[in-house]
Amino acid sequence: MSAWEILRFALRGLTANKLRSGLTMLGILIGVGAVIMLVAVGNGSSEQIKNNISRLGANSLTVMKSTSGGGAGGFGGFGGTRSRQQTNGPRTQARDLTVDDAKALVDPVNAPSVKSASPVTTSSSVTTTYEGTSHSISQFVGTYPGYFAAANKEIARGAAFTDDDVTSGRKVLVIGQTVAEDLFGTVDPLNKQVNVGGTPFTVVGVLKESGSSGMQDADDVAIGPLTAVQQNITGFGSLSSIVVEAKNSKVTDQAQSEITDILNQRHEISGSNSADFQILNQASLQSAVSASSKTFTVLLGAVAAISLLVGGIGITNIMLVTVTERTREIGIRKAIGAPKGAILGQFIAEATVLSLLGGVLGVVVGVVGSLFKVVGVQPVIVPSSIALALGVSVAIGLFFGSYPANRAAKLRPIEALRHE
Amino acid sequence: MTPGHPVLDVQALTKVYGHGDTAVHALRGVSLRVERGDYVAIMGASGSGKSTLMNIIGCLDVPTGGRYLLDGTDVGALDERRLSILRNRRIGFIFQSFNLIPRMSALANVELPLAYGGIRPAERRRRAQAALRQVGLADRMDHEPNELSGGQQQRVAVARALVTAPALLLADEPTGNLDTRSTADVLAILDQLSLSGRTIVLITHEDEVAARAKRVIRLVDGEIIEDRRQSRVDGPPPAASLAGGVR
Repeated sequence: MSAWEILRFALRGLTANKLRSGLTMLGILIGVGAVIMLVAVGNGSSEQIKNNISRLGANSLTVMKSTSGGGAGGFGGFGGTRSRQQTNGPRTQARDLTVDDAKALVDPVNAPSVKSASPVTTSSSVTTTYEGTSHSISQFVGTYPGYFAAANKEIARGAAFTDDDVTSGRKVLVIGQTVAEDLFGTVDPLNKQVNVGGTPFTVVGVLKESGSSGMQDADDVAIGPLTAVQQNITGFGSLSSIVVEAKNSKVTDQAQSEITDILNQRHEISGSNSADFQILNQASLQSAVSASSKTFTVLLGAVAAISLLVGGIGITNIMLVTVTERTREIGIRKAIGAPKGAILGQFIAEATVLSLLGGVLGVVVGVVGSLFKVVGVQPVIVPSSIALALGVSVAIGLFFGSYPANRAAKLRPIEALRHE
Repeated sequence: MTPGHPVLDVQALTKVYGHGDTAVHALRGVSLRVERGDYVAIMGASGSGKSTLMNIIGCLDVPTGGRYLLDGTDVGALDERRLSILRNRRIGFIFQSFNLIPRMSALANVELPLAYGGIRPAERRRRAQAALRQVGLADRMDHEPNELSGGQQQRVAVARALVTAPALLLADEPTGNLDTRSTADVLAILDQLSLSGRTIVLITHEDEVAARAKRVIRLVDGEIIEDRRQSRVDGPPPAASLAGGVR
């Protein structure tokens, strides 16, 4: 009695009752399909969030002035986790962040994890005109060239300004897509002069579109050299923030503590005094978000796993009915000399074929279903979820099928034959 | 198969159902020897224990006490696996209610014992076809049981029983569910098998059926009360000699 023979008997048994076999398979199909799809949706949404965050600059840290320890933080569209350094109680003697602070952060000895530190001064709603067209730029930034890399601002056309532009206070600008479209329309903005608050600035570059993040349009931005922007727009007051780029994403936490140490020293903060600055860490924000989205994925997977289990119980149920219904047939087979193993094999094979077929169809449904957007999320299939769902469905077939199969195989022929 | 052994050697077989006061003694010490080539009819009223005896002989049930040698092998000492091999190779069973497997063609039904016996498909098909031809169903091989008449189904069952060339052919009221014509068909086949040297044991309560056996055993309340020989073991069955040979 070969395995092939047993499989043939099993297939014959299944095709004898097509509707019932089909419905049982449907249970497993839905279970497996749901596991694959829901895990893919969870994974997809987590990827989407991660992309959004890394668009803001994955290795960047933002240092901001903090006048009160307990106040709600948040910086424009960034929003993020606040560092633990800043604590409670209002501060009255907060020192401003200065360009020297920023320069001090670039220190290979005391801050080996810092790649660059760019002082940033910002002004909001700056009215800009070009040949009669007027646009209010929601974020006007004055900074160093290192800012582009740190804040993940990529240049689509033209070029960023240079250190030389900063030192000599040249009035040049890199503008975002929204600004370019509003001011210039179809005209090429490169090397055109725009009027910012009465001062002419030359456009040298256009940023790559980064899409909106949060409520703010991240493309409604203009970036110029710190010196020129301070001179003409914001004045030489305090900096809005210092954007620090860490050497790589692994050392952001290290960079954060180095920055804290340097600034504590410079601002003469020790012991009881709470810090007069706060640091936003994109990496820790990212890991917090990905941890929560992982929980979300696990939750979805668990719901789907339950439906897979229900499908498995469906198989047991059907196999029990089948065994009871075919007790007489089992008796006949035993009477003409079927060994226990052949009976056992036949029923286990029936259950396994049911679950395997259902599982494979479920994989197909899950994979095809994942090609479509689900509530705005493009599902991303986790390959291990396919293997897991399929493996579990086959294991379910073997496990839940073996009980009825064993019951069938153990029957004494005469008992089975007397069964009506 | 060792010559000299009786095909069937049953010694002081007992079978008790239930326990204590409610115990039912279906067999009270039955001893029986059947030689090779014999054609034995076991008769008795219902409840006489003849079906119990048959099931034990067919290795479908186990006795409470006593010894049972089939072809020289002590059946009581065999485990489950060897018993299934024994059922497959040495015994062909014909049931009163045919017991064919539904939704399987006549040919597949006849092939089934060979499949469990591990015979290769081509050989299996050849032997099954031969067996079906022997019972006169060459033109019904691809029909499923529900497309066959009772008599035809029983002939398929006979073909299934003899396809493994067993030492012993057992028939439990093979004509009980058949009309006169089909009964005659099946009995003729059994006569023919007996004539070709098969050992047959059948159960019946009909005198006409018993009359065609070489030996008649009457069972009452689990005991043999009569053992009558109608013709020689190595001779033809009575009906065949009356009719002057094979039909």
